[in-house]
Amino acid sequence: MRQNNLNEKVEFFEEDPVSESSVTTPTHSIDMSSIVKHDGVSNLADEKICIEVNNFNLFYSEKQALKNINLQIPEKKVTAFIGPSGCGKSTLLRCFNRMNDLIDGIKTDGDISLDGKDIFDKNVNVADLRRRVGMVFQKPNPFPKSIYENVAYGLRIQGISDRRTIDAVVEKSLKGAALWDEVKDRLDDLAMGLSGGQQQRLVIARAIAIEPEVILLDEPASALDPISTLKIEELIYELKDRFTIVIVTHNMQQAARVSDYTAYLYMGEMVEFNDTSTLFTNPSEKMTEDYITGRYG
Amino acid sequence: MKVKIKKWFDSGTPFVWLNAGAVSVSVIMVAGLIALIAVRGLGHFWPADVAVFDYYVEPNGEAVRLMGEIVDEETVSRSRAGNPDYAGESITRDLIKTGNRDVSGLDFRWILNAGIKNRTYPDDAMIVERREWGNFYGYLSGLEIDGQKLSYNDESWNSFQQAIENNNRIFDEIRHIEKDLIGAVNYKMERLRLKQRGLELKEKDTPENIAKLIKQREALQLEYNSYTTELEELYGELNRSSFSAKTANGKEITVGFSKVVRAYRPNAMNLLDKCFFYVEKFWEFLSDDPREANTEGGIFPAIFGTVLMVMIMAVLVTPFGVIAAVYLREYATQGPVTRLIRIAVNNLAGVPSVVYGVFGLGFFVYFLGGSIDEIFFPESLPAPTFGTPGLLWASLTLAILTVPVVIVATEEGLSRVPRAIREGSLALGATKAETMFRTVLPMTASAMMTGLILAVARAAGEVAPLMLVGVVKLAPSLGLDGNAPFLHLDRKFMHLGFHIYDVGFQSPNVEAARPLVYATALLLVLLIIILNLTAIRIRNNLREKYRAAEQS
Repeated sequence: MRQNNLNEKVEFFEEDPVSESSVTTPTHSIDMSSIVKHDGVSNLADEKICIEVNNFNLFYSEKQALKNINLQIPEKKVTAFIGPSGCGKSTLLRCFNRMNDLIDGIKTDGDISLDGKDIFDKNVNVADLRRRVGMVFQKPNPFPKSIYENVAYGLRIQGISDRRTIDAVVEKSLKGAALWDEVKDRLDDLAMGLSGGQQQRLVIARAIAIEPEVILLDEPASALDPISTLKIEELIYELKDRFTIVIVTHNMQQAARVSDYTAYLYMGEMVEFNDTSTLFTNPSEKMTEDYITGRYG
Repeated sequence: MKVKIKKWFDSGTPFVWLNAGAVSVSVIMVAGLIALIAVRGLGHFWPADVAVFDYYVEPNGEAVRLMGEIVDEETVSRSRAGNPDYAGESITRDLIKTGNRDVSGLDFRWILNAGIKNRTYPDDAMIVERREWGNFYGYLSGLEIDGQKLSYNDESWNSFQQAIENNNRIFDEIRHIEKDLIGAVNYKMERLRLKQRGLELKEKDTPENIAKLIKQREALQLEYNSYTTELEELYGELNRSSFSAKTANGKEITVGFSKVVRAYRPNAMNLLDKCFFYVEKFWEFLSDDPREANTEGGIFPAIFGTVLMVMIMAVLVTPFGVIAAVYLREYATQGPVTRLIRIAVNNLAGVPSVVYGVFGLGFFVYFLGGSIDEIFFPESLPAPTFGTPGLLWASLTLAILTVPVVIVATEEGLSRVPRAIREGSLALGATKAETMFRTVLPMTASAMMTGLILAVARAAGEVAPLMLVGVVKLAPSLGLDGNAPFLHLDRKFMHLGFHIYDVGFQSPNVEAARPLVYATALLLVLLIIILNLTAIRIRNNLREKYRAAEQS
């Protein structure tokens, strides 16, 4: 099982930095002591930067939701945003594919660039941007179509109608989302008939079918049961070879398990950003430490 | 005691009873309504027995021999019965259908029950349904077939039936030639005339063009002549046969077979015969054209007109309503203006329908239709083509009448599509329009169908505006036929709702028409139910498909 593989790479810490009780959503058996030390994680300076956020502010009409965010998200790594509810982590995530454009009364300033190009530039086609930056939402949201059509949706939007191409992409994407074996005999069934976890993996398959550069995951496992959560996490681990992944999560264990880098946000400000093991074991800010040890949040 | 009542009240029991009572009353009313019109309407087609009796207007006066069906019975006060000499404060009287309008002038009579003596139901009493003058009640007394007189004997009834069948076949052929074939020739002739007039107007009436038209016209004229000779022959054949019959009091008349629809002897029929007869009559009602100022025959043109108009309306109203709703809900900035529009749309649904009729007449018929005539059909002016009430304008008027319903239902459906689904589509790089067409609108389909169901139900039952924009008492031809362009949107049409009004209130023969009012009403209700059930079925299938998505 994947979990065993993961555990082999885990180095256990002598001291337990976080008490059991502090775990906000104890979904399964791994406690905070089993923080993953991923291979190849090193200083951010060595990484190729995919998304760069500079002096970014965001306002919901009068209220400022994000305050002067500066952040660099490395390519082909998993970056997690953690923080208490309402801290702005989902808002920030939704800026990367300009999903916030849909909400009236939002103003932004500062800039976010993807591969060095400003995404708020007038010449940027939002649909193209979203093709490059895929997103998976908190609740599984498959379309009321067949499993096959769900995965093929993005391709059809791009005008691809060649049956053989689509067949191949659907199979590849479902395999990539570790769902192929479960659904290969019923591709024409409605996607609504799948379980919650399967639906979420289907949504991931749908997102990776159009080969984005970045995948944004907005609390992808919060509506799922522990086993499905585990599967999603394993999937994230596999996907980071091919995609830059940004994940928002409430579950600190999850952040610790799946991410290479973690950012802690509080009240719209980015308190700390560091590689995951450092942030969890040796936070430089007092606020971060309070949050991850459960004194706050 | 007071406490007990309060407790009973608080327990909620009285409210349950109240609600259950309200539901029961509603159900009883609906069921009662349908039962009433069903019984009154469907009973009309059953072959009632024909009674023959002596009728004494005064107890010791002279008797009149009458023959007829007893249709109705009522008990009235002495003064309402006209203070007859018969005893009793309240007097029972019967309504009998005696037919024979050509002989006696009346075909329905109220007679006093007490004056009926020697009632019998002779087996040889016959009813002849005729194409004019209504039914004939009497006895068969002689036949003349192909100019050959046959005296009355036991075989006469059979040869009579045979003759009716033969002559009906000839009659059908005549009608086919007159209506379909000669109708088509006339239609083409009219087209040629308009073409010529059009050429004149465009000053292209060169001798070659005119010669071409004349040649075509000559060909048509030849065709027409061949039909008329054929018709003459058939008419001659038809007129060679007739029969004579005696009324109850011995008066003899002779009737040509061209006037006879069918003849039957209800007293001699057994139950099975009556059932067959019933089915035949009912089928005639559904499939035939009306006769005798709509009081006899069928109502097929009205059914056809209603369905055709409702379908055209549905085709017009759905895109209108859906587009409007999509704009209102998805694209327009939500604010005071959209709120105002929404209020206006809802109020539009409450405007009395006759107002729409006036609008349709003023705007569609006179303004739009008049302009269309001037631009596209100048050759037929001053006779209007679209500048007169017709199918298209009636459908359009009803479309406007029902568009608020579709808008409201579609908006409702759009608001039910979860945000997550839209975002999911947008996140895959779909534009807003792509999201609409590929995901949101398919999910709204069931709501659109709901709107359409309500629209159809309202439109099919609407009469008042139609009287102004296209419905007539008797339409010479259907809106859909074999002459190009097949669908004639400029024609006037018949409608079940108007037919009910016409038969019930404008009929020269009220007693004969009354059962038809019920039968037509029943048919209208059934038609709406069928249209609705079809739409509901489609909607439920759609809804089943998308239910899971809406709940997520």
